[in-house]
Amino acid sequence: MRGLGITISVLLGSAIIAYIAAFIAGLSRISSNLLINKISSVYIEVFRGTSLIVQLFWLYYAIPMLFDFQLGSNWWTGVIAIGLNYGAYLSEVVRGSIMAVDKGQTEASIALNMSRFQRMRLVILPQAVRMMLPEFGNYTIQMMKATSLVSLIGMRDILYYGDIMRSTNLAYAPLIYVIVLVLYFILALPFIWMTKKGEAISKRGVASS
Amino acid sequence: MSENFRWETFAESFPIILKGLGITVGLTFACFVFALLFGFVWIFLRRIPNRFIVWLVTWVMEFIRSTPPLVQLFFIYYALPVLPVVGVTIDPFTCAVLGIGIHYSTYIGEIYRSGIESVDKGQWEASVALNFSTLDKWKKIVLPQAIPPTIPMLGNYFIIMFKEVPLASTIGVGGILFMAKSYGALNFAYLEPLTIVGIIFLVLSYPSSILIKKLEVKLNTRFDKNELLKKTNKKAIRGLELKGRDRLV
Repeated sequence: MRGLGITISVLLGSAIIAYIAAFIAGLSRISSNLLINKISSVYIEVFRGTSLIVQLFWLYYAIPMLFDFQLGSNWWTGVIAIGLNYGAYLSEVVRGSIMAVDKGQTEASIALNMSRFQRMRLVILPQAVRMMLPEFGNYTIQMMKATSLVSLIGMRDILYYGDIMRSTNLAYAPLIYVIVLVLYFILALPFIWMTKKGEAISKRGVASS
Repeated sequence: MSENFRWETFAESFPIILKGLGITVGLTFACFVFALLFGFVWIFLRRIPNRFIVWLVTWVMEFIRSTPPLVQLFFIYYALPVLPVVGVTIDPFTCAVLGIGIHYSTYIGEIYRSGIESVDKGQWEASVALNFSTLDKWKKIVLPQAIPPTIPMLGNYFIIMFKEVPLASTIGVGGILFMAKSYGALNFAYLEPLTIVGIIFLVLSYPSSILIKKLEVKLNTRFDKNELLKKTNKKAIRGLELKGRDRLV
């Protein structure tokens, strides 16, 4: 299937944006700066409160009208919508994991005279990231599922080609959709495996209360 | 904000979109109830004492869960009518209920499982010792303890499904997104209708997520006494904390 490349590239692009957005928003959520904190919680609530498909259509149809500005291409629209949406969900994972690191670790690093930055980078994050792994795997599967939506804004991904083939030959519809589903499942398999592996890793070397 | 945003269009399209709200909310409820019931089917199938069936059911669940609901929806809508043996044409609304319902039933089955596993082993033993029938054991002992702690998680899935229901617009169910898109196609004004749809979703889902958070706190204090949740395996507890508020598509 020729659509596989597009699906994978959208997945990779949106995953990168989502991870970056998640860490920025997650860390701002625990920041003591009230302004940063509020901005990130508005971002999180807006993107989690509305559905992805609506955000996708809004970015696709409304942004060009609103600002007379194109988001580059359909690829960018899809990647930005999926990335920001899942970034909002993942930021809660980031925040939750950082909060779940035992308080004693923070106290110990203060006692060792580490700066705030050192504390986060050397002590808290290495432990928190381990805890995040299974959830990140889960959400990456979700993102993979969400990439199927980009066919609705005219991108030629797996589902788009599946639909084209279905409309040329209706009788093959069951077979075509089964192939599409199996392709998606094969894409998901590494992440399912990663999630299971991540669960084992996440338990090691973490001081959580 | 540019001059492209017109309040007249906003006002004109608002009542039209609002007409779709009934269908969106109705579809959400229908999908949710279907998923709640179908979740029990998965649980039942997974408890059949046959390793092959359990293995098969686990993989089928995994398959449904990790493939896009949109494709599943298309499968039910386009492929079922032309299947040689089944060959039934289903109206879009029922399709959406089946598609989204089955997709989320795999998640809900997983939630039920964590609830059932959290029931203390002594309770199972006691019901055997008291000579309860299998039906009574489930009806009177296990389920009343297993299900209430999972209510907040189920509530979260309700909100998630509410946000997922606009997918049904792709097969022609007249929800709010469908209304907005058809209005946009007629008048070539997508900006205002789509903004309205976004606002409606935000207005409905944000308060309900707060409501569920409150419910969760309330239930937690009630069930902590029994320490039911603490006996759940680590995975389920972490799931509760992290997925607690909201979990996605």
